[in-house]
Amino acid sequence: MSGAAQGYAAGTAAARGANAKFETWLWIAQRASAAVLALCVLVHLATIIYAVHHSLSGAAILARTRGNVGALAFYTLYVLAIAVHAPIGLRALCQEWLGWRSASLNWVIGALALALFVFGLRAGAAVFVG
Amino acid sequence: MNMLRVSVWRGGADGEYRNYEVPRQESQSVLDVVTYIQRNIDPTLSYRFACRVGMCGACAMTVNGVARWTCRTHVAKVAKDNAIQIAPLANLPVVKDLVTDMCEFFDKWARARGRFAPGATRKDAFARVASDSPERVAANAGIECIGCGVCYASCDVVSWNPDYLGPAALNRAWTLVNDVRDTAQRERLAAVAGDAGCHACHTHLSCGERCPKNIVPTASIAGLKRAVALAAWRGEL
Amino acid sequence: MRNDFRARNHPAWWAFLVHRLSGLALSLFLPFHFWALGQALQGEARLDTLLRWTQQPLVKFAEAGLVLLLAAHLAGGLRLLALEFLPWRGWQKSLLAWAAGAALAVGLAFALVL
Repeated sequence: MSGAAQGYAAGTAAARGANAKFETWLWIAQRASAAVLALCVLVHLATIIYAVHHSLSGAAILARTRGNVGALAFYTLYVLAIAVHAPIGLRALCQEWLGWRSASLNWVIGALALALFVFGLRAGAAVFVG
Repeated sequence: MNMLRVSVWRGGADGEYRNYEVPRQESQSVLDVVTYIQRNIDPTLSYRFACRVGMCGACAMTVNGVARWTCRTHVAKVAKDNAIQIAPLANLPVVKDLVTDMCEFFDKWARARGRFAPGATRKDAFARVASDSPERVAANAGIECIGCGVCYASCDVVSWNPDYLGPAALNRAWTLVNDVRDTAQRERLAAVAGDAGCHACHTHLSCGERCPKNIVPTASIAGLKRAVALAAWRGEL
Repeated sequence: MRNDFRARNHPAWWAFLVHRLSGLALSLFLPFHFWALGQALQGEARLDTLLRWTQQPLVKFAEAGLVLLLAAHLAGGLRLLALEFLPWRGWQKSLLAWAAGAALAVGLAFALVL
């Protein structure tokens, strides 16, 4: 991981090659998760607007979501896509605006991805399993 | 006589702006203004130019904060309250006054493998490339680049990421990726991938906005992103 | 020499800034969002308490802002996917207008149902 995080000019040819592959797969993951999220966010926005429009209470929302296996599967996919997409985006921001380019950034980003996934699943369990 | 107030960067990186008054003329270009100052007011002013007719790109400078070819910029178009500010191109080390060190710009060109790698010899027949083939059309969209540095100076990713190869180098690499005669495709794709390469482009589109040849490096870089992703997917990166 | 706002004052650059800042804001909101939803683990009453809290005008206003940010980030993201994956055409420059319009429309839809 540390080799892949080294700067282009500073690293060896092997490190640059690892960096090239690493960044390419991050780019692919970012765009793939973006495509998944495009769908998920549209559904999420629609349900938010529906729930607010009908002034649904907590009980009313949970009555519709709890035990709903299809919805649970959907939101699990949603959480997974977020756990991939958000950290990669934040990584670019940290590199460019904070000048944070060391290997530690990748570890922190990885930890963030894991945290988002775990807490997202917990929230999903709360709403869809109960 | 209508006098133009001109603020010009003098000195190196730790220099300062100095003010001059230049008579306004009809159809005056910013290069005319710089030339006037050097010939009539201060002969110590250093600047670059060559063709002065919009072909070579040597006169590129920052005018009122925007990178432009000074020979092709009419004072009337950019003057605000009868004043203009002239500085060297951004993102490059300042040698003196309006002159920048272009070495890094061209070094990155080489690092992006912006050099044609031939496979044929003089004994082989001419390569036949249809001018309307998709690859040739893609390459033609970017080959008019004359390496003036305006896109490089306009790119914020270049400012934020010192290793970033930059729009011109990547655009050139893309034209060569689309050159069916080239034999260094694998090395080139490896050279342009990574956080110093195409993946650092965030589609600000400043390059395409400022390019005096109306090239859009962002489009070329998007092509590189796709080509590199495909290569990685196939295990060829 | 460094560029200042004069070099950046064009639509595509503002689109980038909106996209990055909205992404940052949403990332900061997410942990709170997951925590709030996780409160449902402690029963409906807990979730109801939270939902009542969100009825406050300031919170509703913030919520509308969040929806606008989400819509803006989505629209901007779709624009980026078009720019990166579709062959380059002139109309792509006006994608920005479409994206901005779509984001605003969604934000308004949410605001209207408040």
